[in-house]
Amino acid sequence: MKKTYKIDVDCANCANLMEQAARKTAGVADASVNFMALKMTVDFEEGADEKKVMKDVFKACRKVEPDCEIDF
Amino acid sequence: MLIRICICAALLIMVNVIRGIGLIGTEGTFGFVFYLALYVATYLVIGYDILVKAGKGIVNGRPFDECFLMAFATLGAFALAVIERNADYNEAIAVMLFYQIGELFQNYAVGRSRRNISDLMDIRPDYANIEKDGELEQVDPDNVEIGTVIVVKPGEKVPIDGVMVEGSSSLNTAALTGESVPRDVAEGDEIVSGCINLTGVLRIRTTRAFGESTVSKILELVENASSRKSRSEQFIAKFARVYTPAVVFSAIALAILPPVFRIIFASDGGAMWSVWVYRALTFLVISCPCALVVSIPLSFFAGIGGASHEGILIKGSNFLETLSQARTVVFDKTGTLTQGVFEVTAVHHATLDEHKLIEYAAAVECYSSHPISLSLQKAYGQAVDRSRVSDIEEISGHGVKGMVDGHEVAAGNLKLMRSLGLEVGECHSIGTIVHVAIDGQYCGHIVISDVVKPNSKAAISALKAAGIQKTVMLTGDAKRIADKVGSDLKVDEVHSELLPVDKVSQVEKLLSEKKNSKDALVFVGDGINDAPVLTRADIGIAMGAMGSDAAIEAADVVLMDDDPLKIAKALRISRKCIGIVYQNIAFALTVKFGCLILGALGITNMWAAIFADVGVMVLAVLNAIRALRVSKL
Repeated sequence: MKKTYKIDVDCANCANLMEQAARKTAGVADASVNFMALKMTVDFEEGADEKKVMKDVFKACRKVEPDCEIDF
Repeated sequence: MLIRICICAALLIMVNVIRGIGLIGTEGTFGFVFYLALYVATYLVIGYDILVKAGKGIVNGRPFDECFLMAFATLGAFALAVIERNADYNEAIAVMLFYQIGELFQNYAVGRSRRNISDLMDIRPDYANIEKDGELEQVDPDNVEIGTVIVVKPGEKVPIDGVMVEGSSSLNTAALTGESVPRDVAEGDEIVSGCINLTGVLRIRTTRAFGESTVSKILELVENASSRKSRSEQFIAKFARVYTPAVVFSAIALAILPPVFRIIFASDGGAMWSVWVYRALTFLVISCPCALVVSIPLSFFAGIGGASHEGILIKGSNFLETLSQARTVVFDKTGTLTQGVFEVTAVHHATLDEHKLIEYAAAVECYSSHPISLSLQKAYGQAVDRSRVSDIEEISGHGVKGMVDGHEVAAGNLKLMRSLGLEVGECHSIGTIVHVAIDGQYCGHIVISDVVKPNSKAAISALKAAGIQKTVMLTGDAKRIADKVGSDLKVDEVHSELLPVDKVSQVEKLLSEKKNSKDALVFVGDGINDAPVLTRADIGIAMGAMGSDAAIEAADVVLMDDDPLKIAKALRISRKCIGIVYQNIAFALTVKFGCLILGALGITNMWAAIFADVGVMVLAVLNAIRALRVSKL
């Protein structure tokens, strides 16, 4: 299942790093960050709890870019 | 941020002025501590957040964090100045200052272009008007149910797809199609959301929910377009991952290896640690890949945004990239190069007024709903008064006979004429021929054929001018008709009498004939019955997609209107955009590597390094914005 979230991040490289961090999070099948539209599209694995997974994604993203925001 | 930059710059100037006029000498412990304290204060004003972020980076185990590198480089420069006791702290502060100015500018430029592009695509309606108790009420278009009647006043956007129930007006479809000529609409017409109502008040019965309406579909498509990453973007993302660590390690090597060599081999003594450490710090300043990383997606985003303004929707950066490598363009005939509607194109050998002939033919055919009959009605231009017509007799495989205004009229093919005992020659024109006889006298024939779009010929030559090597036309139509259209339009290859399956195999054959694996094959169709071929080609372009979901689903590039000239335009937009991407990549890499080499040789200093970093980024962003301006291409 795919869902799109609004994000806030300043630099393009950080957006790339967030994308990588999100992909590595458990429960995420694939993730893509669109720096220009400030959107993150997350493809969840079958049966994953979106809310919980997004919390982990956010935590992982905060680690690579302390200033980022994800609206979920 | 701007305030901090100003304060820091002012402080820096002040400290240097104090030092310049020799108010307090730099000699002695007091002077040393005094200036160190002042410079550190200035440094902290501009760089404290970087230091904090750098700290967080270390805690999170990310040694190649941009902030950490910047902090390390500037603190290193500070430390060198302290060790050498030359009290030249300006460099560290200036580097930090320029870095922050660069960041500020980048945020501004990116934010600005983001806004520009979204303004360009601003077709989202904010509200819908519903009539309640005789008064208009503005509601969220999301809450309008299917079948509701909405009111659109002049100057407002149509928020939801629907059918016009009352009123007449003209619509500006420029936001959807890039076409500036208004479209006239009347009762019963389908109205597509996203158009702007120009003159009269419209009452529209909605046929779709807001989320399913054309305007929402288009916005969703364009906004998600840059999520499909192109090869250039993937290359840059990969490059950035390798680049920073590589530069950091070479900086470490640069700081350690040459001095060690000197200790071992050089006779003139001195390891010159500070020189090499300084050069290594210069490396760290250049190690941020941001200029590259930001400008590439920005170029694509701008290109896609600019194209959508022209009525060309490109579904992803990857498609934009492939489109720029197009070498072969394959067309479907009907509906793509031709109108797909049958029209009266000529009247031959008429013994009475041409319009009169069409009138008789239309009258005798007035009960038929056959496409030929419909095109006759259309050519006549007004509704046939059916009371004038009687005794209609349809002769299957021949045509129609009947009485019109007391005359016996027969309209049909050659066989019909022969059965009436008339000797008639074959017509040399291509299309369907309707022979007409009145009261047993041959009165001429009407040629009805599919009409080539006015821009088709120009479109083919524009594609040739844009460097397309081969144009191919595929059609299910008869060979004679296809060859005629093909030679009229100067298409290189024509394949006719094809079933839909044959079209796929033809495209596959063309795909296997490609000389270079990078060359792309483009298929252009009307998107309704060409879905399999659209998917098989490297790039599928669907035309005339306004209001057609099937086309938007199947194709990679969607042309909102029917104009085949837009194909060449889409091609030029993609070329320009990719050109900018390559310029940016080449430019940024050259400057960065140039600076690295010069830095290693000790020719440049940290000042040049920070200018290289910030300046490249600014120029790359400005260059990327050029991709937005495509209307004159």
